[in-house]
Amino acid sequence: MTADASSVSTPWMALRDTDRPAEPATRPDTVVAVDFIVNGKPCRLELDPRTTLLDALRDHVGLTGTKKGCDHGQCGACTVIVNGRRTLSCLSFAQMNDRDEITTVEGLASDGRLHPVQQAFIDHDAFQCGYCTPGQIMSAIGCISEGHAETDADIREYMSGNICRCAAYPNIVAAIRQARDEMERA
Amino acid sequence: MRPFGFERPETLERAAGIVAAREDRAAPPPLSSAQFIAGGTNMADYMKLGVMRPNLLVDIGRLADPGLRRIAASPDGIRLGALVRMSEAEENADIRIGYPVIAESLQQAASQQIRNMASLGGNILQRTRCEYFRDISWACNKRDPGSGCAAMDGFNRQHAVLGVSDRCIATYHGDFAQALIALDASVETQSPRGGRTMAFSELHRLPGETPHVETQLMADELITLIDIPAKPWARRSHYLKIRDRQSYAFAVASVAVVLDLEDGAVRDVRIALGGLATVPWRAQEAEDELKGGPLDERTAGRAAEAAFAGAMPREHNAFKISLGRQALVRALLETRDMRV
Ligand SMILES: Cc1cc2nc3c(=O)[nH]c(=O)nc-3n(C[C@H](O)[C@H](O)[C@H](O)COP(=O)(O)OP(=O)(O)OC[C@H]3O[C@@H](n4cnc5c(N)ncnc54)[C@H](O)[C@@H]3O)c2cc1C
Ligand code: SF4
Ligand code: FES
Ligand code: FES
Repeated sequence: MTADASSVSTPWMALRDTDRPAEPATRPDTVVAVDFIVNGKPCRLELDPRTTLLDALRDHVGLTGTKKGCDHGQCGACTVIVNGRRTLSCLSFAQMNDRDEITTVEGLASDGRLHPVQQAFIDHDAFQCGYCTPGQIMSAIGCISEGHAETDADIREYMSGNICRCAAYPNIVAAIRQARDEMERA
Repeated sequence: MRPFGFERPETLERAAGIVAAREDRAAPPPLSSAQFIAGGTNMADYMKLGVMRPNLLVDIGRLADPGLRRIAASPDGIRLGALVRMSEAEENADIRIGYPVIAESLQQAASQQIRNMASLGGNILQRTRCEYFRDISWACNKRDPGSGCAAMDGFNRQHAVLGVSDRCIATYHGDFAQALIALDASVETQSPRGGRTMAFSELHRLPGETPHVETQLMADELITLIDIPAKPWARRSHYLKIRDRQSYAFAVASVAVVLDLEDGAVRDVRIALGGLATVPWRAQEAEDELKGGPLDERTAGRAAEAAFAGAMPREHNAFKISLGRQALVRALLETRDMRV
C-alpha cells in the first residue's frame, strides 16, 4: 500500500475532548425540527429522525401529489426538485434537506395555468393510471432544463429513471418534446 | 427502520472526530455504530431494509471545506472533491474532453436523479453486494459475518467470476471505479490520525475470509479527494457497459480502457473490468499481453483470454466469461479507433 499516515501531519485533526460527545446530539427517540421551503412557502416540521423527505412531504406537509412507488430509488415516482435539481425524495432523510428549497408537482401551476409540461402530458395523453405521472412531470422539467431533451434518444436516456408500469413511454416522449419547444420559446 | 441519531457537522475534523469518539471506531466502516452519509442513495436504501444499521449517522453533505466540492484541472491532472456530485463531474468540460472514460462511466450509471444526489466519494464506496445481501431473511457473510452465503448455491447469474472467495461472490457494481483504476487514480483521506494517500487500486479489498471488510478505510476516515494524473493515455480512454437493458441498470460486464498508441503499437494500456469481479478489477495480464505490439482483433482476443484465465464461475454466471471477453475485445478496438 502506498498509504502514508505519518508524513502528512494535520494538527487540526488531533482529537480534542469536544469531539467526544457521550451521546449523539439527536437521540434516536426524540423528534427533530426540520425547516424547508416547499413550493415557495417556508415550513417547519417536527419529525421522527427516520422520516424521509417523501414521507415528510406526503404525511406531514400534506402534499400527496408526490408518489411512493418502490421507496428504494428504483422507480422515480417520488421525484421532486431540490435546490433546482431533480432528486428522489425516498432516498433522502428529511433532516438532510434542512433549509433546502423543494418544488413538488403541487407547486407548478401558477395563476390557474398549468405548467407547460403538465399541459403537454394532458395534450398527449401521456399517462394511463397516472401513478407515475407526478414523478414523470418533475423529472421532465429537470430533463428539459438540464438540456437533456434535445433528441428523442436523449429524452429516453435521461428519463430512464422514471418507470411507467402502464408503458405510456411513447406519449411521454411526445409530451416532453412539445413542452421543450414551448419552454425554449418562452 | 431502526432508530438512529443524526449529526450534521460543518468541519471534516468534527465529522471524523464524532466517529473516532465511539468505542467501536476500529470496526470496519459498514459495521461501525456511527457511519457517514453523503448523498444517501446507498445508505438510506440499505438502512430501510435493515441491512445497514448505524445508530448514529454523520451527514457530511454540509461540510464547509470548498475543496470537497471542487473539480480542479491542471497540467498535472485533475482533482475531484469527494462531495462533487456524479452529475456535476459528468457534465464537466475538462473531464469530458480530457478524461472521457470518467464522463462515460458516470453518464451510464444509475439515473439522472440519483446522479444529482450521489457524491463521488459515496459512489466509490457503494456496498459490494448482491440480492441476497439486500434481503435480511437470507444468510450473507457480508451482512452478517459468519452466517453463510445464500448465493453460492442460489441464483448467482449476477455474481462475480473474478476475485471470488468461498465466503462471498458478490459483484462490485460501481462504474466510476473502473475509470479510476484505468486512469491510475489515487485517493486522499483524512482521519484524526492525519491524512494519507493511497492508490485507488488498493482501496478495495478482495472478499477472502472477511467479505464484510470492503476497503482499507477505518470507520473514522473520510475520503476527501480523488486525484487523477495527466498521462498520455487519458484522452484516448473509453468505458463500455453491457447491461440487461440499455439504460438504468447495473453492468453485467463493463470495461474501462486507457490507451497510449504510437505508430499503431501499444506503448501503454490499462484495463479495468466491472460487473465481473468482487472489486474494481485491473486486468493486468491482458495489459501485459498487449504492451509493445499492435492492437487488432487477434491481439485483443489474446488479451481477453488472458484476462479471464483465472475466472471461477458458478452455476448461472459462466456466460459472463464469454461476455466479458467479447466486451473487452470490443472496448479495446473502440478505444483504438477513437479520434483524439
Ligand atoms: C436504483 C439504483 C441504481 C443504481 N445504478 C447504479 C449504476 O448503474 N452504476 C453505479 O455506479 N451506481 C449505481 N447505483 C449506486 C449509486 O451510484 C450509489 O448509491 C451512489 O453513488 C452513492 O453515493 P452517495 O453519495 O449517495 O453515498 P451514500 O449512500 O451517502 O454513502 C455510501 C457509502 O459511502 C460512505 N461514504 C460516503 N461518502 C464518504 C466519504 N467521503 N468518506 C468516507 N465514506 C463515505 C457512506 O458511509 C456509505 O457507506 C445505483 C443506485 C440505485 C439506488
Ligand atoms: S455473495 Fe456475498 S453479498 Fe451475496 S449472499 Fe453471499 S456473502 Fe452475501
Ligand atoms: S419511490 Fe422513490 S424511486 Fe421509487
Ligand atoms: S401511467 Fe400508470 S404507471 Fe405510468
